[in-house]
Amino acid sequence: MKHLKFLLVGIIFGIVLVKSEAVSWYRIYEMFRFQSFHMYGIIGTAIASGILFLQISKKGHFKSIIGADIFVPKKEKGFTQYIIGGIIFGLGWALIGACPGPMYILLGSGVSSMLIVIAAAIIGTFIYGVLKHKLPH
Amino acid sequence: MEYILNPWPWYISGPLISLIMALLLYFGKTFGMSSNLKTMCTIVGAGKFSDFFKFNWKEQSWNLVVVLGAIIGGYIATHYLSNDSITDLNPTTIAELQNMGFKNSGASLVPNEIFSLESLASPKKLVILVIGGFLVGFGTRYANGCTSGHAIAGLSSLQKPSLIAVIGFFIGGLIMANFILPLIF
Repeated sequence: MKHLKFLLVGIIFGIVLVKSEAVSWYRIYEMFRFQSFHMYGIIGTAIASGILFLQISKKGHFKSIIGADIFVPKKEKGFTQYIIGGIIFGLGWALIGACPGPMYILLGSGVSSMLIVIAAAIIGTFIYGVLKHKLPH
Repeated sequence: MEYILNPWPWYISGPLISLIMALLLYFGKTFGMSSNLKTMCTIVGAGKFSDFFKFNWKEQSWNLVVVLGAIIGGYIATHYLSNDSITDLNPTTIAELQNMGFKNSGASLVPNEIFSLESLASPKKLVILVIGGFLVGFGTRYANGCTSGHAIAGLSSLQKPSLIAVIGFFIGGLIMANFILPLIF
């Protein structure tokens, strides 16, 4: 059962995101209206501790379980795809208050209509794949 | 026990999220929740329509297991690790949402006005769910990542493309929350 560890990571992820209220539609609205520090605090401390972890693991040459160096793969260089794709993503994020992780977490917490959102997101991904070569990147 | 049942403060939650990123890196993978959408397209045969979906999805099956875990985690947290505490929203936010027709703001994770099964009978609410999901799915692949992949993993590793994407997320989010949502509701 080599995938068991990923199941556990997913479970921890789901619990943390519910308990932090990062899956709350209201928290996302509040963030984009600059009416609360909560989400900025979560994202800010996540990035700060993420930077710390990656710097320490680089200096200490931490290895993964398969013996490779720990690093986040480099994203391709570019501007257009990141800004346009990002804006489209942001419009959807603020409308339904959920991004690709929270969609599933909310489904688990009992919001069945997330199934419609997830199906639409899969279709959105599919349409992107079909149109990819015609879009500016 | 109260500490667990009450909502967790941001300074506990943020570092825990980066712990999840660290765990995945230790397991030789990258934190990025949107990849599973592409994997699911491939599984149902999207490779017939675009080369973008032609890859060996079995190598990506781990991200579907993370998804399954996330669903279970959402269930556990809501049913066993929560009390009935209400999300501590800014009173201004609550007043604003009330004006837009949202009652009981913060009493649940999502507003019943959009997500309850009764709301699905309204074509408008259904369209909101479909368009919202579509924009997230299309945008995340176009930008090559979502909140976890860009905002957490990308920014933690100081990558410029992720900064551009996150700026995009905020431009889109600000437009929606400040200009479009008030028109819809």
